[in-house]
Amino acid sequence: MYSFIAKRLAIAVPTLLILIIFSFILMFAAPGGPFGGERPPPAAVLANIEARYGLDQPYIVQMFSYVKNVVFYFDFGPSFQYRDRTVNDVIAQGFPVTLTYGAWSALVAVVVGVSLGVAAAIRQNTWLDYLAVGITIGAQALPNFVMAPVLVLLFTLGLGWLPGGGWSGGLLIDACDAGDRLCFNNPFGGAVRFDYLILPVIALSTSYMASIARITRSSMLEVMNSNFIRTAIANGLPMRRVIFRHALKPALLPVISYLGPAVVGMITGSVVVDVAFSTGGIGQFFVNSAFNRDYAVILGITILVGALTILFNLLVDVLYAWIDPKIWY
Amino acid sequence: MTFKTKLLASTAALLIVTGGAVLADGHATHPDTGVALASDQSFTYSILDDFPSIDPALVEDVEGASVARDLFEGLMTEDANGAVQPGVATGFEVSEDGLTYTFTLRENAKWSNGDPVVAGDFVYGLQRAANPETASEYAWYLEVMGVENAAAVTAGDMPLDALGISAPDDFTVVYTNDAPRPYFPQMTTFPTTFPQHRATIEAHGDQWTRAENMVSNGAYVLSDYVPAEKLVRSRNAMYWDNDNTIIEEITALIINDSNQALTLYLAGEIDVVMDVPAGQFPRLNAEYPGEALSLPSSCTYYYQFNQSDSGPEALKDVRVRQALSLAVNRDIITDNVLAGGQRPSWTLTHWAIAGWEQPEIAVASMTQDERNAMAVELMAEAGYGDDNPLTLEIVYNTSDSHQSVAVAVGQMWKQTLGVDVTLANQEWATFLDTRGEQNYEVARGGWCADYNEPSTYTDLLTSGSAYNDGKYIDADIDALAQEAKFAEDAMPLYREMEQIASDNAYFLPIYHYASVRMIAPDMENWPTENLLQNWYSKDLYISASE
Repeated sequence: MYSFIAKRLAIAVPTLLILIIFSFILMFAAPGGPFGGERPPPAAVLANIEARYGLDQPYIVQMFSYVKNVVFYFDFGPSFQYRDRTVNDVIAQGFPVTLTYGAWSALVAVVVGVSLGVAAAIRQNTWLDYLAVGITIGAQALPNFVMAPVLVLLFTLGLGWLPGGGWSGGLLIDACDAGDRLCFNNPFGGAVRFDYLILPVIALSTSYMASIARITRSSMLEVMNSNFIRTAIANGLPMRRVIFRHALKPALLPVISYLGPAVVGMITGSVVVDVAFSTGGIGQFFVNSAFNRDYAVILGITILVGALTILFNLLVDVLYAWIDPKIWY
Repeated sequence: MTFKTKLLASTAALLIVTGGAVLADGHATHPDTGVALASDQSFTYSILDDFPSIDPALVEDVEGASVARDLFEGLMTEDANGAVQPGVATGFEVSEDGLTYTFTLRENAKWSNGDPVVAGDFVYGLQRAANPETASEYAWYLEVMGVENAAAVTAGDMPLDALGISAPDDFTVVYTNDAPRPYFPQMTTFPTTFPQHRATIEAHGDQWTRAENMVSNGAYVLSDYVPAEKLVRSRNAMYWDNDNTIIEEITALIINDSNQALTLYLAGEIDVVMDVPAGQFPRLNAEYPGEALSLPSSCTYYYQFNQSDSGPEALKDVRVRQALSLAVNRDIITDNVLAGGQRPSWTLTHWAIAGWEQPEIAVASMTQDERNAMAVELMAEAGYGDDNPLTLEIVYNTSDSHQSVAVAVGQMWKQTLGVDVTLANQEWATFLDTRGEQNYEVARGGWCADYNEPSTYTDLLTSGSAYNDGKYIDADIDALAQEAKFAEDAMPLYREMEQIASDNAYFLPIYHYASVRMIAPDMENWPTENLLQNWYSKDLYISASE
């Protein structure tokens, strides 16, 4: 098992390198550049700017020095769009935000999705099943760019319960202000505030939750009809024990393989959530950095997502081996 | 957080010490207007995009410039109408040839750390902006100002001290220019010319604009900046005119979606929305009278005709260009398509530029029917009609409003002139390449004023302008532009340039911009007359609700 993990991590390095090279080729193939706009600066000014960012060098030199800086100094370079910041700054500021609402979304999606799926499967063809399937189809059909404004309309403008956007320090803050909803002071210092978190988490987790519920339901149905479950029931084991002890673990295998990329998707945030709720996460940079031709930010985020994807796929494989004794690496 | 608290505490302490009773007392009134002031003098506004930079030497967008104007103060500043008034300088003298400006600084101006603001800070700031190592995109502004040797210094061909600015003593700044510019004092209100605190910048390098490092000399200091989320500035207790400042704290929220910003405004979380989608103005104006404002914004929207070798033969024919221009019903575009207070345009120069009078453009005063008839005639003369239809492609950068305009224009050309129009939208950076390399037939363009004088627009009409993407060359316009640089009264010359451009339909002006804002009813003194949309938080205040 350990040698398997070591081997997978070793393969990750060339994978990431290929990712970097491909991103470089695509970036330089795209027309336009990071500087300019309606009013491109005069040639001398543009030359100064390009010299400062090393863009006057041949592509291959740029690529080598980029890889060298990343590998040896963990330096992802300066942002071209935000002149006072480096890519490390951009990620250090935005990633904790997306990680916070992404992790909560993942938790909500798994807990609600699995419960709905299991409930629907063991009460197949009852009103509970129809309700669960109805909810999941509805949730999957409703894209989050529609849901986000509807949530704001309902909970902010209509009911006035939750803030319509912003982040304001996020989950952990120094202290609650008077009148803050869903804010809890910690007797040991600091406070936890959920109000800014709720709408982004609902908007982000719903469609993942729906997918998880549907996968769980069909996989659970399959497992419940298998011989070992029939045997367990025939042996007179209580239903609760059959489900949680014997059926759930194998039924979750397909859910886990779905979760690898899904969790990466959630913790690296979403453009829609960042724009609709102004959370300040890195999700918005996926699109913005490409539009702005902010090469260093594009690369930094690509590498981040690439590395996380490799990591989570590895985690999924390890979990597989733990759940299913038949799998051995 | 702790920094901010400390700062607020020290500000409050100072207010009490200096007897700034205006704010200590919740029922205080405004010294000039006598309006009762709210006890909470802080407000929140929303902007669409994060600031590329708030370093005055690097600032390159309108919103970043607003922040820089709050945090820093230049030699001169502006009143609510945009008229020049003393800033750090109490005044200036101009030499007889109009080339040398001598500014006298006030002696009580201080940096936020208590250091006096001296002439050397202005010299340092300007040299830093011009320095090739700073790589400021706005280094070109110094060239437009006419500062001596600006282009050579930026290109690295001359040392920094060759730049036409000097400090004979601590309270005198002397600018040496290569041509007289009547609007020069106005240009010293622009962030690129602001003073900078050398010790801070040298100590912190690229990190000097962080809230914990920044030293500034304006009415406000930077107290918090969370990129992509918000920027907070609060009073600078060291500011020389702090006693007359009322607003305590300003928060700029970065909200990438203008409809979301509007929602937060309606929920009472934001006091000012900078960019309301234009199409929403009529509804908002009806539902929230007095809160939805349409202000003239000094930009002009136009279409370029590619008249270079790569352009279509038809567009080299002045009759075709005129016909295309005449057939565009600008009133329909401003009133029905955009509906945000924009005005139809027949010139590049914005109608609201100071001292500007439109030239006598005959077609502008015709009815659209007359124009259409004339357009049909011109088109027939040029040999295009049902048997030989003209085909054109309009390229624009992806955006709903650009698309609406292109659809409308295409429809007008089709209906009136029988032109077969195809529309093509491109993503922004790609579009700029396409237009800059003349790979188009008709392309959307927009231009915004950098200073309140016509040459900020008319320079674009010259063949030497790097932004003349239509690549038209007119010797008369070039000669007039040269003459205008040294003319006593350049206005008639500017008008003549526009007249020639219009007669030849070198490009197709469509409308002059307006920007639509939502401003809370208790926000007072928001400038509506400043064409460049410059605003200073120190001039604002919040009235007490009844």
